[in-house]
Amino acid sequence: MINAIEILAYLAIALPAAGFVVNGLVLRWLTPARLGGGSDSRWASYVGVATIGAAFVLSLITLFHIVQNGAVESSVFNWIALPGLELRFGLILDPLTGLMLTLVSGISLLVQLYAIYYMREQGADQPNKNYARFFAFMALFTASMLGLVSARNLVQVFIFWELVGLCSYFLIVFWANRPSAVAAARKAFLMTRLGDFGFLLAMMYIAFNNPAWLEIPELYGAIHAGLISAAVASWIVIGLLAAVVGKSAQLPLHAWLADAMEGPTPVSALLHSATMVTAGVFLVARVFPLFELSNLQPLVAIIGIATALIAATMGMASNDIKRVLAFSTISQIGYMVFALGIGAYGAAIFHLFVHAFFKAGLFMVAGRVGHITHSFDMRVMGGVRKSQPFLYGVAVICGLSLAALFPLSGFWSKDEIVVAGFENGWAIGSVLLLAVSVITAFYTFRMIYLTFHGESRGADAAHSHRSEAETQAATNGGAARGRLTGFLRGEPLLSLAPLALLAGGAIVLGYLINPVGVSLGPIAKHSFSSFITHNPAVFPTPEAVIAAGGEPHFSWIVAFLSIGSALFGLLAATLIYGRGRVRFGLMQTAPFKHASKLFTRQYYFNELYETWIADRLFLKSLAKLVERFEIYIVDEFGDRLAAATQIVGAAVRRVQAGSVQLYASVMFLGAAAAFVIYLAILMFG
Amino acid sequence: MTLLPAATALAVWLARSRRQTYFIATGGALATLILSIVVFALYDRAAGGVQLIDYLAVDVGALISPSYFVGVDGLSAPLVLLTGILSAAAIAASYRIAHRQKEYFMWLLILETAVMGVFVSLDLLQFFIFFEFEILPMYMLISIWGSGQKRYSAMKFALFTLGGGAFMLAAILLLFFSNGVNTLAMVSVPEMGIVGIPAVLPLAELAAPAALIFSFFLVAFAVKLPVWPVHTWLPNAHTDAPTAASIMLAGVLLKMGGYGVYRICLGFFNSSAGGFSAHDAAQILAWFAAFSTIYGAVLTLRQTDLKRMVAFSSVSHMGFVLLGAAAISAGAATASSAGLNGGALQMFTHGAITGLLFLCVGMIYDRLHTRYIPHMGALIFKLPKAAILFMFAGLASLGLPLLAGFSAEILVFLGAFAVWPWQTAIAAFSVVLAAGYILITVGKVFLGQRPRYGVLSSKVYDDLRDIRWFELAPGILLLIPIIAIGLWPSLLTDVFEVGINAILGS
Repeated sequence: MINAIEILAYLAIALPAAGFVVNGLVLRWLTPARLGGGSDSRWASYVGVATIGAAFVLSLITLFHIVQNGAVESSVFNWIALPGLELRFGLILDPLTGLMLTLVSGISLLVQLYAIYYMREQGADQPNKNYARFFAFMALFTASMLGLVSARNLVQVFIFWELVGLCSYFLIVFWANRPSAVAAARKAFLMTRLGDFGFLLAMMYIAFNNPAWLEIPELYGAIHAGLISAAVASWIVIGLLAAVVGKSAQLPLHAWLADAMEGPTPVSALLHSATMVTAGVFLVARVFPLFELSNLQPLVAIIGIATALIAATMGMASNDIKRVLAFSTISQIGYMVFALGIGAYGAAIFHLFVHAFFKAGLFMVAGRVGHITHSFDMRVMGGVRKSQPFLYGVAVICGLSLAALFPLSGFWSKDEIVVAGFENGWAIGSVLLLAVSVITAFYTFRMIYLTFHGESRGADAAHSHRSEAETQAATNGGAARGRLTGFLRGEPLLSLAPLALLAGGAIVLGYLINPVGVSLGPIAKHSFSSFITHNPAVFPTPEAVIAAGGEPHFSWIVAFLSIGSALFGLLAATLIYGRGRVRFGLMQTAPFKHASKLFTRQYYFNELYETWIADRLFLKSLAKLVERFEIYIVDEFGDRLAAATQIVGAAVRRVQAGSVQLYASVMFLGAAAAFVIYLAILMFG
Repeated sequence: MTLLPAATALAVWLARSRRQTYFIATGGALATLILSIVVFALYDRAAGGVQLIDYLAVDVGALISPSYFVGVDGLSAPLVLLTGILSAAAIAASYRIAHRQKEYFMWLLILETAVMGVFVSLDLLQFFIFFEFEILPMYMLISIWGSGQKRYSAMKFALFTLGGGAFMLAAILLLFFSNGVNTLAMVSVPEMGIVGIPAVLPLAELAAPAALIFSFFLVAFAVKLPVWPVHTWLPNAHTDAPTAASIMLAGVLLKMGGYGVYRICLGFFNSSAGGFSAHDAAQILAWFAAFSTIYGAVLTLRQTDLKRMVAFSSVSHMGFVLLGAAAISAGAATASSAGLNGGALQMFTHGAITGLLFLCVGMIYDRLHTRYIPHMGALIFKLPKAAILFMFAGLASLGLPLLAGFSAEILVFLGAFAVWPWQTAIAAFSVVLAAGYILITVGKVFLGQRPRYGVLSSKVYDDLRDIRWFELAPGILLLIPIIAIGLWPSLLTDVFEVGINAILGS
C-alpha cells in the first residue's frame, strides 16, 4: 500500500512539475496580459518559489522521517507490462534519497529567490525577459532532479536523467539570440548524450541478463545474493560510467561544462555546480554495490583523480570568473568520483553535500559581481571589495571552504577523502589530491584577488567579448548601486538572504561528519556518515558499512598536510595577485609559458572534439562519404534501373500496344530482382 | 469508417465554394477520426482476437475464393486510430491550397480510404488491392500539387511501390497455387469458422520455397517501410510532396510497410512452413535494420533542406520498426514480446512525430517559401508557437523521455538487445546522431541570429506572423498522442500486445 511519506515524496516531485506547466503554459500563453500573464509575468517567480518551497518542506519531512525510521518501503506501479518485460516504477526512499531530495530542493529554493532579483536586472538587450520561461524550466529541472534521486527503476532514472539534460539545454540557450549560447547548449546536450548512449547499453545489457534487475532494489538483492558475476557487473559499469562521465563532466567528456556558463548565472549556480552535474556521482552512489563488484573501481578512481588535477590547472589559467568556477566544479566532482572509486562512499556523498553550498554561494557572488561590473572577465574587474563588502565576505568564506581550510566545511569533506585514500591503498591518489589542493587554493584566491582587490581595471567601460550584452543590460542595474550604503551596499535583500544562508552552510555543515570520535554538542559522532551508510539494502553487513566509510577517521598528519597545502596555494596567490604582485623568475621561463598556454587552451580538448572529430572526421569526411555513396551509388542504381525499365518498356510497347507496359516491365524487373534476392537468401540464410 | 472518407470525397465534389470544400473535407476527416477513436475504444483488449468483423464470402466458383473481410485486432486498431488522427490533421492543415482545390481534397480523402482499407482488410487479395490503390492518389498529390522535381519524384514513388507490389502479387499467387492453402483470410477466427493462412501454412505443400515467398512479401514491405537500399524514393517523394501528402506519406503510408511485415512476414511465417520460418531471416533483418538506422541518421546530418532532413530521419526511425520486428526469437516468445511491441509502438509514435514535424515544416515553408536551412535563423522570435511545436516534435524524435518516441525506442532496445545484441547496440547509437541532427536544425532554424543573406535578410523577417489558431489546432491534435504515449505507453502497448500475442501464438 502507498504510505504517507511516499505521498509526500510524490508531491515533492509533482509540485515543481505543476509549476512548470503553470509557468510554461498557463501563465505564458493562456493568461491575458492584463491579468498578469505573458512572457514577462511577475507571477512566474512566485509560482516557482511557492512550488519549490513546498517541495523543500516536503523533502525535509521525508528526510526527518528517514533519519528517524530508516528507509521507507515503497509501492510500485507498472509503467509498461509486457510478457518478459515489466517496467515497474516507484520510489526509493533511503538515506541517500532523503539527503538528495532536501539538498536539491533547498539549493533550488535559494537559487529561485536569488533569481527573482537577478533575472529582473538581467537581459535588457532582449525583446523581453522571458521570466515565465526561466522559472518554468527551473521548476521542471527541480522536478526532474527530485525524480532522478528518488527513482526506483533504472529506466526511471534514465527518464529523469534525460529530462535534466533537456532543462540544462533550454537554460543554457536561455538567451536564444546569442550564437555562442546556442552552440554551448548543443555541445552540452550532445556530449552528455554520448555518455547516455552508455547508459542505454547498460540498461539493455541488464535487461538481457534479467529484466527484473532494472529495479534497483532487485539489483541490490541480486548482488548480495551473488547472482551477478564480476564480469557482468563490469560490462554494466562500463556503460554507466560513460553516462556518469558525461553528466558529471569528467574526463574525457568534461569539455561542455565550461561553455555551459553561457546560461544565466542562477542556472550555473543550480545546475552546473550544485545539483545537476552531481547526478553522475549520485548514479554511482545509487548502484554502488555494482561498482564495488566490478573490476573497474581503479578506473573510476583514476578518472576522478585525473579530472581533479587537469580541471584545476585549467581553472588557474582562466580569466572568466564563471569559467574558473566551472573548472573548479569539474575538479571537485573529480574528488567525489575518486572517493567513490576507492570505496569511500560516505566521504563522496559528504563532499557532494557541502560542495553544493559553497559552490552555489560562489556562483551567486559571481553573478552579482558580474552585474555590478558589467563583465565576467576578471582582467577588467578589481576593487569590488570596497563597494561590496558583503559579497566579498561571502566570497572569502565560500572560497576558504573551497580551498579546504580549517575549520570550514570544505576542510572536513576533503580531509575525509584524503584520509580514505591513504587508508584504502591509494596513497598516491591522496598525494595528488594534496597537490590539487594547492592549485585549488591558488585559483580560488587568484579569483578573489583579481575580482575584489586592488583598483577597478575599467570593468564598467570594458566591452569584453562576452559582456557586451550585460554591459547594456545593467545600465539600469547601475542605479541599484547607490541605493543602500554601508556593509550591505547595493545588495537587495532577495539576493542577500540566499547568499548568507549558503555562506553559513559553508561554515558549519562540515561538522556534521564529525570524524573526531566524540559527540560535538548536538552532533553525535560520525553522524552524517553513519546516517548515509545505515542502509541495509546497499550495505547489508556491519563490515560493509565500515568499508563504505560509516565511521570515518581523523588524522592529524593528514589534516596538517592538507591545511599546509591549501595555505601554500593561498600564499602563492597572495604573492602573485595580491598587493605585492611579485613576479617570480620561474614565471618567465619557456616551460612555464608553454604550460600556461596549455592550461589556457584547456589542453586543446575543444579543438580535438569540435574541429577534428565532430567536424573534419565525422561531418566533413565520414558523413560526406556516406552521402556520396547514397547519391552516386544507391540512388543512381535506382535511376539506372528505372531507365533500363523504360527501354524494356519501349520494347514491350512495340510488341503489344496498350497501357499495360508499365506494369509488365515493372513485373519483369521485380521478378529479376526477386531472383537475385532469392539467391542471396539461399546463400546467407 | 473505411468508406466514409471516400463518401466525403463525393461530397467535396459537390461543394460549391472553396470554403465549403475545405469544411466538408475537414468535417469528413474529423468524423472519420471520431469513428476511428470509437473503433479503438470499442476494441475489447481483454477478449483479444479480431473484432468488429464484417465478413462476406464471395464464391466465384473458381479456385480463388476472395471475400470481403474486414475487422481490427490489437495490431491494426492503433494504426486505424493513427490514420484517423493524421488524416484529420493533414486535411485540416491544407486550408492554403488554392490550385485545383476540389480535386486535391478528393484525392486526399481517397488516400485516407485506401490506407484505412489496408489496415482493416483481412483478406489477402483485398489487402493487396488497397495496398496498390493507395499509389494513385499519392501519385496525383505529388505530381500536381508538389514542388521541385515533382514529376520525377512522383514517378519514382510509383515505380518503387509498384515494383514492390509486383513482388507481393507474385508471393500471393505462389501462396495460392500451393496445395493446402485454400484460403485468403489473413487471420483465423475460430468463432466464425474462418481459417486463416497462418493456421494452414505449416501444413501446406508450398508451390515455391517458403523462403522465396517470404522474401517476396518482405521486398514489397521493405520498399514501403523503407529499408536501405530501397529507400531512395522516400526523400524525393517527401520533399516534393505538398505538406498534407508528406504528413500522410510519412505518417501512415510507411506504416503499411511495417504493418505488412508484422501481419504477413511474421504472422504467416512464425511457425515453420516448408522448413522455413521468419526466425531464420530475423538476423539478416536485424542487420538491415541497424544499417538503415545509422545510415539514415548520418545522411540526415548532411541535409540542408528542412524537409529532406525530416525525410531521412524517417529512414532512420523506421529502422527501429524493422529491428523490433526482427526481435522475434526462436527460443522464447516472451523474450521477443518487448521488441515486437516496441516496433509496433514505434510505427504509431513515428507517425505522430513525423507528421507534426512535416506540419511545422509546412508552416515555415508557407511563410518563407524556402526550405533551405542556412537561409533560416532566429525564427523563434517571430514564430514562437510554430517553434514550440517543432521543438516538441523534434525532442520526441530524438527520443526524449516522457514523449512518445522514447517509449517505443526503449522497448525496442530492451527487447531486441536480448535477441540481437550487436545490431541493437549499433542501432541505438542513432539516438546520439538524432540528438545531433535535431539540435543542429533547431539551433539553425529557430535560434541564434537571422542570417545575413537569403530570404530572411529582407523585410520578410519583420513581417513574419505567427501561426493562427486554426494552424495550431492540427498541431495540437498530433501533440496529444505524442505526450500521452510518452507519459503512459501502456495506453497502446496493452492493445498492441494482444495483436502481437496472436501473431506469436499462432
